[in-house]
Amino acid sequence: MKEYIIRLVYVEMLGHDASFGYIHAVKMIHDDSLLVKRTGYLAVTLFLNEDHDLIILIVNTIQKDLKSDNYLVVCAALNAVCKLINEETIPAVLPQIVELLAHPKEAVRKKAIMALHRFYQKSPSSVSHLVSNFRKRLCDNDPGVMGATLCPLFDLITNDVNSYKDLVISFVSILKQVAERRLPKAYDYHQMPAPFIQIKLLKILALLGSSDKQASENMYTVVGDIFRKCDSSSNIGNAVLYECICCVSSIYPNHKLLVSAADAISRFLKSDSHNLKYMGIDALGRLIKISPEIAEQHQLAVIDCLEDPDDTLKRKTFELLYKMTKSTNVEVIVDRMIDYMNSINDNHYKTEIASRCVELAEQFAPSNQWFIQTMNKVFEHAGDLVNIKVAHNLMRLIAEGFGEDDDTADSQLRSSAVESYLHILGEPKLPSVFLQVICWVLGEYGTADGKYSASYITGKLCDVAEAYSNDETVKAYAVTALMKIYAFEIAAGRKVDMLPECHSLMEEFLASHSTDLQQRAYELQAVIGLDAHAVESILPSDASCEDIEVDKALSFLNDYIQESIEKGAQPYIPESERTGMLNISNFRNQDHHEASSHGLRFEAYELPKQTVQARIPPASLASTELVPVPEAMYPRESYQTTTVPSVSSDAASTELKLRLDGVQKRWGRQTHFPSTSTSNSTSLKTVNGITQVDGSNTANSRTRETYDSRKQVEISPEKQKLAASLFGGPSKTEKKSATGHKSSKPSSHMVKSHAPKSSMEVASEKTSVQQPPDLLDFGEPTVRSTAPSLDPFKDLEGLLEPTTQVSSAVNHSSTAAVTKSPDIMGLYTETTAGAHHKDSDILSGLSKPPMTNMVGGTTTMQVAQSSKGPNLKDSLEKDALVRQIGVTPSSQNPNLFKDILG
Amino acid sequence: MIHFVLLISRQGKVRLTKWYSAYSQKERTKVIRELSGLILTRGPKLCNFVEWRGLRVVYKRYASLYFCMCIDEDDNELEILEIIHHYVEVLDRYFGSVCELDLIYNFHKAYFILDELLIAGELQEPSKRTVARLVAAQDSLVETAKEQTSSITNIIAQAAK
Repeated sequence: MKEYIIRLVYVEMLGHDASFGYIHAVKMIHDDSLLVKRTGYLAVTLFLNEDHDLIILIVNTIQKDLKSDNYLVVCAALNAVCKLINEETIPAVLPQIVELLAHPKEAVRKKAIMALHRFYQKSPSSVSHLVSNFRKRLCDNDPGVMGATLCPLFDLITNDVNSYKDLVISFVSILKQVAERRLPKAYDYHQMPAPFIQIKLLKILALLGSSDKQASENMYTVVGDIFRKCDSSSNIGNAVLYECICCVSSIYPNHKLLVSAADAISRFLKSDSHNLKYMGIDALGRLIKISPEIAEQHQLAVIDCLEDPDDTLKRKTFELLYKMTKSTNVEVIVDRMIDYMNSINDNHYKTEIASRCVELAEQFAPSNQWFIQTMNKVFEHAGDLVNIKVAHNLMRLIAEGFGEDDDTADSQLRSSAVESYLHILGEPKLPSVFLQVICWVLGEYGTADGKYSASYITGKLCDVAEAYSNDETVKAYAVTALMKIYAFEIAAGRKVDMLPECHSLMEEFLASHSTDLQQRAYELQAVIGLDAHAVESILPSDASCEDIEVDKALSFLNDYIQESIEKGAQPYIPESERTGMLNISNFRNQDHHEASSHGLRFEAYELPKQTVQARIPPASLASTELVPVPEAMYPRESYQTTTVPSVSSDAASTELKLRLDGVQKRWGRQTHFPSTSTSNSTSLKTVNGITQVDGSNTANSRTRETYDSRKQVEISPEKQKLAASLFGGPSKTEKKSATGHKSSKPSSHMVKSHAPKSSMEVASEKTSVQQPPDLLDFGEPTVRSTAPSLDPFKDLEGLLEPTTQVSSAVNHSSTAAVTKSPDIMGLYTETTAGAHHKDSDILSGLSKPPMTNMVGGTTTMQVAQSSKGPNLKDSLEKDALVRQIGVTPSSQNPNLFKDILG
Repeated sequence: MIHFVLLISRQGKVRLTKWYSAYSQKERTKVIRELSGLILTRGPKLCNFVEWRGLRVVYKRYASLYFCMCIDEDDNELEILEIIHHYVEVLDRYFGSVCELDLIYNFHKAYFILDELLIAGELQEPSKRTVARLVAAQDSLVETAKEQTSSITNIIAQAAK
């Protein structure tokens, strides 16, 4: 029998139906012999799932076996418990399993814990009173049991962090013991001390420490220890390292740990193994939330991964890009995503990436035009995989504009949308959702700007309805659009003559099987028959954003009801009080529901989603059901003409919020890195970013060379371009924040170093005076105009020659800045001089002297740039000067110092 | 948590399946078909993770067998890779240089070992020695049981004479 059952298991595994033998497996677990029983349990766990009918036959045996004095029997039963016990049968075995927590054999204790964990997953309430047991098991003598206890605790902590904060200390001490190899040798795995337990603990600590400074502080040392002890040559070591990075990125940020995490990530990314690259990209995505600047170090590695043949790696990289999208790089990223979306045919992932594209486009779209184009692309390629809500959002967006009170921009947006849609309609085979959007927009705004005649648009709409004749929804949208266009025409006082194909289409629809289509067609006919005034009140032009007041209580019917009651009609009985006629009323209710939702949705003239919600209050329907509603109900609907600006202002506020976020981050980061060394390092990176951005800048080429040679020798220009476009954005914004650091830096240094020269002090004072406009300037969202801001540099190139004279003169004057020259320009140089001087003061603290020079250079550049006055020539001169100063130091020429310092 | 464990041969034949989340028989065959199509076609140098229906599948090839485990998105893939390796090491120790044939003929034993290693989709025992000891204990009990039954039948047979 045993052999047969094993064969049956095999048969089942191969995918054939073996249900005829299930009952024999159930019988087998009743057997006395452990051998047979064990096989029976194995077969049962493989055959049945928790809601199978035979489970009820097993519960009794399990109960008996849990009491067995042979621990192996208990183990076998516990294995089955984990798989087979469902929510209803938990109470039957729970008390016994709790008893088993104190079993002398650790294997039994462990399995009992896991069983309780399973119960918790199935129904959290059933084991909620056992939390103290889990805590007790954490101190179990056997590491295996302790490790197993971490699983349920992890789940418990995920759901409720706060009530387990007291365990932080114990978790940390356990982790410490593990890391110090206090556990038995048997738990070592590839020379790592109990890595699986370490990983589990790190996961728990990450949960406990997230946004909790106090708890996090307890963890810093031990996590740092693990970072040091992990050997990155073995796979398991890397697994622990990765978990450490996750933990560091989740807990309250600690600078030292972040640095080691960044180190580990760069090791991952540089490795040849695809697995490690994958983990590196993933870890980067996690860390980027805390310290965005680390992405820049790895930009080339990221781009390599993006172009990797490995699909998994590519997807992960897209996930990373999704996380680091900003308004500056959104175009590049979304374009890439759409390209990739076209190249795959896995529907699941296609849906996901499409929704991401939409989300990014909605959040960061640089222009309306671009947004519409992007949405078109997404719809065209991802088609019906796109959520219908996205289509509704798009319609709403076109209807409401982008929240700015700029009517011309909105109408421009609309006409561009109309134009692009008319163009797209020429293509064969469009997805249904997209067609719905197109129809709606054409109906609403097709004739709004007078560019296209009504007959042209209606012709197109008829074509759509004919071409997609098996898609009812699209046809319905098309008919509604037709009606709107005709209504607008009538309202404008023009004579309407229906196209012949439109006539035939209407005739077809009037006889359609779909009641919805029929209704719409009849309504169209009715509207065309009305005079201009009536039509305008039914379908006012461009009113899709206006709210419609729905009188849910149907108070306008009160008179009528009163009248009927006086005439002897039955008063309305609420549905709950009716018993006998419940069935009928339900049926009729539904009927009404359907009809009314169609009819109302139609005239509602709003986004379908909203109206449907608003229009089916059951109470009102119930009342309509008893009282015959007169036809007049529909014209009597009052349109509330006051537009409620809440939605648009909402959009504006989200935009505002987005920007604020960036600002907050900037300041937040500053608080995280109070040490000056950090600000130095960030500014170094910034220099790097700048050189990356203005590639054509010859004056800076030397700086760039030094950097590039330091970084990587062979980089294809194409990749570099991509990198610049992807990371240029971040680096730009970085630049802003970094400038904040820089401009504040000199003053802080000054104060620290207590410069003996009074002039220096003055200089520092003046720098700080100069700061406010600087910061203000950067507060403005000037990010978008990247290209123009670079152009002046190019222009300057030509001007450089003649202005050197001037600048050198200015240089001299600044050399004499000890005498406090009132010249502003002198002031700038002076600042640099000060910066240089001070930099050389702290040279010992910094390892790379030329770089600090450059920092000084860029500082002035930034300052000069930001304070470009109204006088163009003046500013040009300044730039030239800045250029000179900015370049010369990078040649590592000490003469400059002599020049400036006299 | 681990949703299922699959062992597939290079030809796409299933060698072992263990489901920790509920999948109907129909879904199971579909999953196996989809995954074997996805995994067996991947090149040798690519990474050992595959995204699949919002989940991750971690796989590793040992000789002609692919060991696959399906996990949640936020799990540690490298750790799962090591759990696979851990399982293989335990199998290796148990069978003594394990090969595909061992698993075909003794697949129930492979299941027993897996049950000692993973329970309800979580790793329950990180120590190889403990697993080996437990499995051995069960086996020895089976052995004694066998001896007993044979001796009893012998006694009965003798008595019958």
